[in-house]
Amino acid sequence: MSTFLGMPVHAPRGVGHLRGDESFPAAARTALGDSQLRRNLQHATTTIRGKSGRVIAELPDWQELRSAGSALKASTMARLPELLEQLEEKVTAAGGVVHWAADANEANQIVTDLVRATGSQRVIKVKSMATQEIGLNEALEAAGITPVETDLAELIVQLGNDKPSHILVPAIHRNRSEIREIFLRAMPGVDPKLTDDPPVLAGAARRYLRETFMSTTVAVSGANFAIADTGTLAVVESEGNGRMCLTLPETLITVMGIEKLVPTWQDLEVFLQLLPRASTGERMNPYTSMWTGVTPGDGPQNFHLVLLDNGRTAVLADEVGRQALHCIRCSACLNVCPVYERTGGHAYGSVYPGPIGAILSPQLTGVEDNASLPYASSLCGACFDACPVKIDIPSILVHLRNQAPHPRTEAAVMAAAAYTMDHPRLYRSAQRAAKLSRIAGRRGRGLPPPLNGWSASRDLPAPPKETFRDWWRNR
Amino acid sequence: MSSKNIILDRIRAALASGAESPEIPRDYRRGPAEVDLDLLVERLVDYKAVVHRLNPEKSGIEPVIGGGVEGSGPQAGVADARPLDGVEAEGAAGGGSGGERAASAGAAAVRAAIADILGAGTVVVPPGLPLEWLPDGVVGLVDDGLSAERIAAADGVVTAAAVAVVETGTIVLDASPDQGRRIISLLPDLHICVLRADQVVASVPEAVARLDPTRPLTWISGPSATSDIELNRVEGVHGPRNLHVILTG
Repeated sequence: MSTFLGMPVHAPRGVGHLRGDESFPAAARTALGDSQLRRNLQHATTTIRGKSGRVIAELPDWQELRSAGSALKASTMARLPELLEQLEEKVTAAGGVVHWAADANEANQIVTDLVRATGSQRVIKVKSMATQEIGLNEALEAAGITPVETDLAELIVQLGNDKPSHILVPAIHRNRSEIREIFLRAMPGVDPKLTDDPPVLAGAARRYLRETFMSTTVAVSGANFAIADTGTLAVVESEGNGRMCLTLPETLITVMGIEKLVPTWQDLEVFLQLLPRASTGERMNPYTSMWTGVTPGDGPQNFHLVLLDNGRTAVLADEVGRQALHCIRCSACLNVCPVYERTGGHAYGSVYPGPIGAILSPQLTGVEDNASLPYASSLCGACFDACPVKIDIPSILVHLRNQAPHPRTEAAVMAAAAYTMDHPRLYRSAQRAAKLSRIAGRRGRGLPPPLNGWSASRDLPAPPKETFRDWWRNR
Repeated sequence: MSSKNIILDRIRAALASGAESPEIPRDYRRGPAEVDLDLLVERLVDYKAVVHRLNPEKSGIEPVIGGGVEGSGPQAGVADARPLDGVEAEGAAGGGSGGERAASAGAAAVRAAIADILGAGTVVVPPGLPLEWLPDGVVGLVDDGLSAERIAAADGVVTAAAVAVVETGTIVLDASPDQGRRIISLLPDLHICVLRADQVVASVPEAVARLDPTRPLTWISGPSATSDIELNRVEGVHGPRNLHVILTG
């Protein structure tokens, strides 16, 4: 039994947001029909690429930092058991309580029980990918607890009854006038004269959430980094909603994936330089909070840390794919991806969209549950160049395509093709047949099943009037 | 079997086929580098902090004006800040000799800068902050466990700092007695931060090396902002919308 329990498993079905309702091509077709969405995405990704490029160019040692970040992450993965136990020991010694959650259901149960024990009916939340991944908000709501998202973009998504579409800026698919409309429609007490000037919109969010910050006694956060040798946790943010959640409540519950570890305090010097420049294109984000356990008289006096697996060990078990766990959630790969820029994040179906999502989601769920995602890429390689920790996303995409289920007929057709190419006489007849197809006008209609998947998004090359062999013979 | 053991066993099974723990290449810039205070000021201003640079040699204050958020606080007119009277004269009035006189001159300059930022009002101050920094007309509310409501109702907060980073325009608070609890620099709409030149380092690695991770740390780079609307940086969300940095020494 223990051997079975101790083997890596994928994230369970029926909970959380790692699987879409439809395949990527189907969802992408809908997204591509929305010209407003495409304009918004094009504007936002162009802006962030420019900003990020400028601040990265300021650092003469950007490539050295990337190499150090990549090596630090690989080293962390290789030493994960000892580092996790070290983190637990340090957090516990500093007055925190560490919980281990094998999957989304267990994590949701732990957090729900902890909130119930405080008696609070409401929690304030810092934007967190891990809690979105496990569907914590739905679990809390089912238990009669109201989760309030406090990040501006998350608030836009929550008020607009929408879904997040980007790791960093979940409302990237909305422009300022759409945000104004959402606020006017759904934000209680909003000034009816609200304009679409961004500072005015930000000010509206400030007023709306202030009272909630002041009166809520429990907060839930994620973590950007956890330092094994000191037990320190770090949350990187911009607005100050993170500081509110991490400072004002009596109880703080932090949910983090087991891969978020950084071995030593000093190692943070690498990631604090990589993340803001790759992510929001800033030299440094406005606020970063770091805390170690509980500080008497300052901040939450009850601190719980939930360490989450939920398929991560399954990713770790794949020697090629495990690099996906190095991700520091900067979203630079989304911003440079020609596919993401056109389809947006919703088409990916998972909370992790874009190139990183295309390798992370299928590995967390098992490739069969996200089989179309490894194909949601042109393999152009821009994501690899942009990644601050040098994750070789294109190679992992190809690796996962090999694991994706392929129709049996495809293998049969390939075997037949190989046999034909191996036999000159057969090959000659095949070429003649292809020429006939030209006359028969098959051109432009694509291939018959099961090969129509290939020709659905590509033009079929027209068979030439004269084959090379014919030309050679007649020259 | 506990979930902890399940997860640790899963990790060990996942790594059973072997995983390399590579050497970490540390050839990025790490060592101490020269501190360029002018660049620090430039970077702070670039992210919309207002910098007041005290320069005893020039016997005055050079206000360096950043953005701030228009119309959002009691000191929104600070962009009109004028150069202040000579520091030396005010310091001399305090009397004393040698180091004492220098310290007193420094306090007088800080006092003048704060007076310029906030003519009158109530500011929260941490228990270890020198009260002589506060000008007449500015009432210091010493934080001895003040309620969130009282802190939020104040016109501003004055703190010292632990470390600052030139390259990124960042100030770090470490909750020392002259910086106080994290909540006090969060709720008021105006944060006045007094920074000494000897607390400034060139790069992030030097700052990390100087800081004690067991203390609660807040890294601040400009006033509260967001990139959530069309991915442009917009100042003024939940944290203080006005950050003034008084750079001494």
